[in-house]
Amino acid sequence: MKKKEILFIAGILVFALILWAVTAYFRRGTCSFIRITVNGEEYGTYSLAEDREISVNGTNVCEIRDGRAKMTEADCPDHLCMRQSAIGDQGGTIVCLPNRVVIEGVSDEEPETVSSEFDTVV
Amino acid sequence: MFMDQKKTAFMGLFAAAAIILGYVESLVPFFAGIPGIKLGLANLAVLFILEKYTWKEAALVSVVRILVLGFLFGNMFSILYSLAGAALSLAVMTFMQKKSGFTVMGISVSGGVSHNIGQLAVAALIMENLSILYYAPVLLVSGVITGLLIGFLTQEVLKRVRL
Repeated sequence: MKKKEILFIAGILVFALILWAVTAYFRRGTCSFIRITVNGEEYGTYSLAEDREISVNGTNVCEIRDGRAKMTEADCPDHLCMRQSAIGDQGGTIVCLPNRVVIEGVSDEEPETVSSEFDTVV
Repeated sequence: MFMDQKKTAFMGLFAAAAIILGYVESLVPFFAGIPGIKLGLANLAVLFILEKYTWKEAALVSVVRILVLGFLFGNMFSILYSLAGAALSLAVMTFMQKKSGFTVMGISVSGGVSHNIGQLAVAALIMENLSILYYAPVLLVSGVITGLLIGFLTQEVLKRVRL
């Protein structure tokens, strides 16, 4: 490899580090809610403190247990979302691309209306 | 005329190799335990063709691979994601090959990184959700690592295979 290639690679890594630091900074703060989005539209916001199972659109099932949210079921063939790490108080995002479902951690500073009437508890 | 036939045969061969490599890779769902990260073995064939011929031949091999693998194992979305990543990565690799004076390693890294950026951009557009951009740093680093691995492999194949 040439010197300029090593510089190029180092540049990408430094950029990734800065990007990571910036996003980590904005993600600070304990998350106590998760927001589920389907097709870019909000499906519902749920408290992490309460153990429950949420059926999302009949395609995915999200489970909250011991303050952590996980995707436990998905009808897509790859099941990638089910293997993504759980969302705890550090926040995080679980994405199911085929069904366009996004679960993300929401911090306390964003008070969202907690919907409980309109979802199905399986 | 003879050269043309030879080229057609080799392109078919490498399209087939790319399809097999893509299939082998799909058997291993996760590389390094992080979702969305793949080694990109099929890029070996595309990079090889890019080095031996031009971006047009490489694009053809790439499109054939994506369509065949997409119809066999994927769906419309996975084809869309693959095409976005492949198109951006091939464009960047062609540019780097012509302008940067990089070796195969550097070209491969630029391809790996831009492939990941392309897929992330399409995912953000389709999901209409910017929070998945949090993956960007991870995908940048993984693009560098997989790019280096594929670059090294392509370099070794280029040394040994004569067209």
